[in-house]
Amino acid sequence: MKQFIGFLRKEFLHIFRDPRTMVIIFLLPIVQLLLFGKVINNDLQDSKIGILDQSHDNTTREITSKLLSSGYFLLGEELQAGDDVEDVFRKGKVKMIVTFGPEFEKSLERDGKADVQLLADASDPNTARILTNYASGIINDYVKKEKLQNIQLPNQINTEVRMLYNEGLKSVYMFVPGIMAMILMLISAMMTSISISREKELGTMEVLLASPLKPIQIILGKVTPYLLLSFINTLTIILLGVFVFGVPIKGSFIFLMAESFLFILMALSLGILISTVAPNQMVAMFISVLALMLPTILLSGFIFPIKNMPWPLQILSNVMPPRWFIVIIRNIMLKGTGILFVWKETLILMFMTFVFIALSIKNFKIRLE
Amino acid sequence: MRTIFYVIQKEFIQVKRNKVMLRMIVKYCIMQMLVLVFAATYDLKNVNIFLVDKDMSSTSRELASKLEASPFFTINNASFNPEDGENELLRNADDMVLVIPPGFERDLIRDDKASLQLLVNAIDGSAAQLGYSYAASVIRDFNKNIIAEWKGLPEFKAPYQINTVSRFWYNSELDYKWYMAPGVLSLLVTLIGLFLSGMSLVKEKEQGTIEQLNVTPIRKIHFLVGKLIPFVVIALFDLAFGLLIARLVFHLPIVGSLWLVFGFGVLYLLGILGLGLFVSTLANTQQQVMFVTFFFMMVFILMSGIFTPVESMPKWAQLIDQANPIYHFMRIMRMVILKGSGFSDLIHEFVALCILGFTFLSLAVWRYRKTA
Repeated sequence: MKQFIGFLRKEFLHIFRDPRTMVIIFLLPIVQLLLFGKVINNDLQDSKIGILDQSHDNTTREITSKLLSSGYFLLGEELQAGDDVEDVFRKGKVKMIVTFGPEFEKSLERDGKADVQLLADASDPNTARILTNYASGIINDYVKKEKLQNIQLPNQINTEVRMLYNEGLKSVYMFVPGIMAMILMLISAMMTSISISREKELGTMEVLLASPLKPIQIILGKVTPYLLLSFINTLTIILLGVFVFGVPIKGSFIFLMAESFLFILMALSLGILISTVAPNQMVAMFISVLALMLPTILLSGFIFPIKNMPWPLQILSNVMPPRWFIVIIRNIMLKGTGILFVWKETLILMFMTFVFIALSIKNFKIRLE
Repeated sequence: MRTIFYVIQKEFIQVKRNKVMLRMIVKYCIMQMLVLVFAATYDLKNVNIFLVDKDMSSTSRELASKLEASPFFTINNASFNPEDGENELLRNADDMVLVIPPGFERDLIRDDKASLQLLVNAIDGSAAQLGYSYAASVIRDFNKNIIAEWKGLPEFKAPYQINTVSRFWYNSELDYKWYMAPGVLSLLVTLIGLFLSGMSLVKEKEQGTIEQLNVTPIRKIHFLVGKLIPFVVIALFDLAFGLLIARLVFHLPIVGSLWLVFGFGVLYLLGILGLGLFVSTLANTQQQVMFVTFFFMMVFILMSGIFTPVESMPKWAQLIDQANPIYHFMRIMRMVILKGSGFSDLIHEFVALCILGFTFLSLAVWRYRKTA
C-alpha cells in the first residue's frame, strides 16, 4: 500500500509540475462552454442582403423596410437593374438578394398578385433556407396585416405550438451535455493513454514493471489523478451551465454525478486500452483523435442529430459511448427523468466499461518484447 | 542551400520509415471526409409524430394522412391520452406530439376557426424549429385545400397575393454535403499540418536528438525551412486526395480554379506549420504539444464557421475571427470551389493570410533557440 501511495504521488507530481497542461485542463471546459453558449449558434441575425428594386413604389419600399427592420437582415448592397448578380455573390458580401420586378404595386392592384424573387447564395444551404424562410414569412405577414386588414378568411386552422424542455430554444441547453462528454473523454481517455504510452516510449515503463508494484497498481496509479481531474471538471461544467447559462437540473443531482462517474470510468478504461495497443505517444494521440474526438463530436448527437445521418453512420453511432451518455445527461438535466427512462443507456455504458477493461487486461504485457 | 536539402531529405526518410504514421494519415483523410461530411448535416430527414386524435372526424383523419404522406413525418403511435405522448417525448421515442382537440371539425365549420396543439421536443432548438415549420406548412396547405373544397372554389383567392419565389444559386438542391466538403478539407489540411509540425520538433527534444542538430553547422532558419517543406508536401497531397474523394463520392462541383485552391493552400500551410513549430518550441513533451494544439484547434475550428455561420456569431467573435487562419482559409475554399470566386474577390483573405503566416513564422524563428 505504501508503495502504491508513493507511486500515486509521483503521478500527481507529474501532472502538477506541468503548469501548461494544468492551465489548459481547467481552462478548457470554461472556454468550451463560453464558445458554445455565446458563439456557436444558428440564430441568424443581421445577415447582409441585397435589394434589387425595379419599381421603387410604396409597396416595395414598405416591404424593404419591413425586412430591414426585422432584425434578421441588414442592407448590404443596393443593386440596379442590369447589375451582375453573380458578381455580387462571388464577392461573398451578401447572402440573399431580394428582387422586385418593374411595376410591382401596379400589378398588385391590377391583377391582385405580384412576385418577389428571393435569390439566395446556397453555397451555404442551411443559411439560404433559413433566410428565404424568414423573408417569405415577413412578406406574408405584411400582406396579411397591411393589405388584407378587413377581410375575414374562412375556416382558419390555428396551430398552437409548445416547445418542451427548452422554451427559449437556447442552443446551450443542447450543448452542455455534449461538452461534458467531450471534455471527460479528452481528459480521461486521451490523457491517460498518452501518459502510459509515454512511459513506454521513454523506456521508464521498464523501470515500473521491474518495480515491486503489481501491474494493477501501476494502472490504478496512472488513472487516479485523471479520475480526480475529470470529476472536478464535471462539476465546473455543471456549475457554469447552471449559474451562467441558466441550464436547469430538473432531475436528481446525485444521479447525475453517479452517471458521470460511470462515464469517467468508461473513458479511463478506454484510455488504458488505447495505451496497451499503441507503441508510442504519436500513435496513441492519433488513435485518440481519430477514435475519440471526432466521433464524440460528430457521431454522438452532440451537434448534429443522429437520425438525420445515413444509416451506416447511425449504426456506427451505437458503439460510440458519448452517444449514450449524452442521452442520459439530457434526460436528467432537461427532462428531469430518473433511472426508469435511461436504464438501457446506463447498462450499455456499463457493458462498454466491462469490455474495455477485459480487453486491456488481455493486452497488457508485463514482459518486454 | 545544400544543408536545407539534407534536412529535407532527413525529414522525408523519417516520415517514410514511420509506416504506421503514414497509413494513419491516409486513413484519417478518408475517414474524415466520409464520416464528417455525411454526419454533419442539418437536413431533416425524419420526424416522428405521436398522434392524439380526440376528434376522430373525417377532417382530423385527413390531416393525419396528409402528415403521413409528407416525406418528413412518420406517425409512429397514437392514443387518446396526451400524457402518453409526453411520455414518448421523455423516452426520446418521438419528436412531436400533435393533439387534435375534440370538436375540431365542428369548430372549424361553425366558428370558422379551430386550434391544434403541437408539442415539440425542443432540446435541439434548431431541429425543433425546422420540424415545426415543416409541420406548419403541411397544416397550412391542408387548410388551403379544405377551404377550396368546402367553399367550392377551385382555389381560394385572397384579393391580394404576393408570391415569393426562392432561387437557390450554386446549390439548387440544397445539398449540405457540398457545403461541408470544402470545409472538412480545410480542416483536414490544418490538422495534419499542425500536428506533424508540432510533434516533429518536440520529438527531437524528447529523444535528445535536438542536441545533435544544435551542434551541427546549420542556421536555424535553414533548419526550420527544411522541417517545413516535407510537411507542406504531405499536407498538399492530402488536400489533393481529399478533393478527389469529394469529387468522386459527393460529386462536388469544383467551379473555381484548382491553381487558386492549391496556391492558397501553400500560403495557408506555411502559416499553420509556423504555428505548429512555434508551439513546439514552447513545449517540452509531445503530450503538452498535443494538448495545447488540441485546445487552440477546438476553439479555432468552432469559430471558423465550419458548422455554424460566422454571421450569426456576436460581433466580438467575428472580430477575433480576423486573426483565425482557419476562418479565412475555409472561406477561401468554399468561395473558390463552390462559387468560382477569383483572386480579385479574395484580396482581403489573401492579405490576412499573409500577415498571419508571417507572424507565426517569425514567432517560430524567434523562439527557436539553438542553445539549450
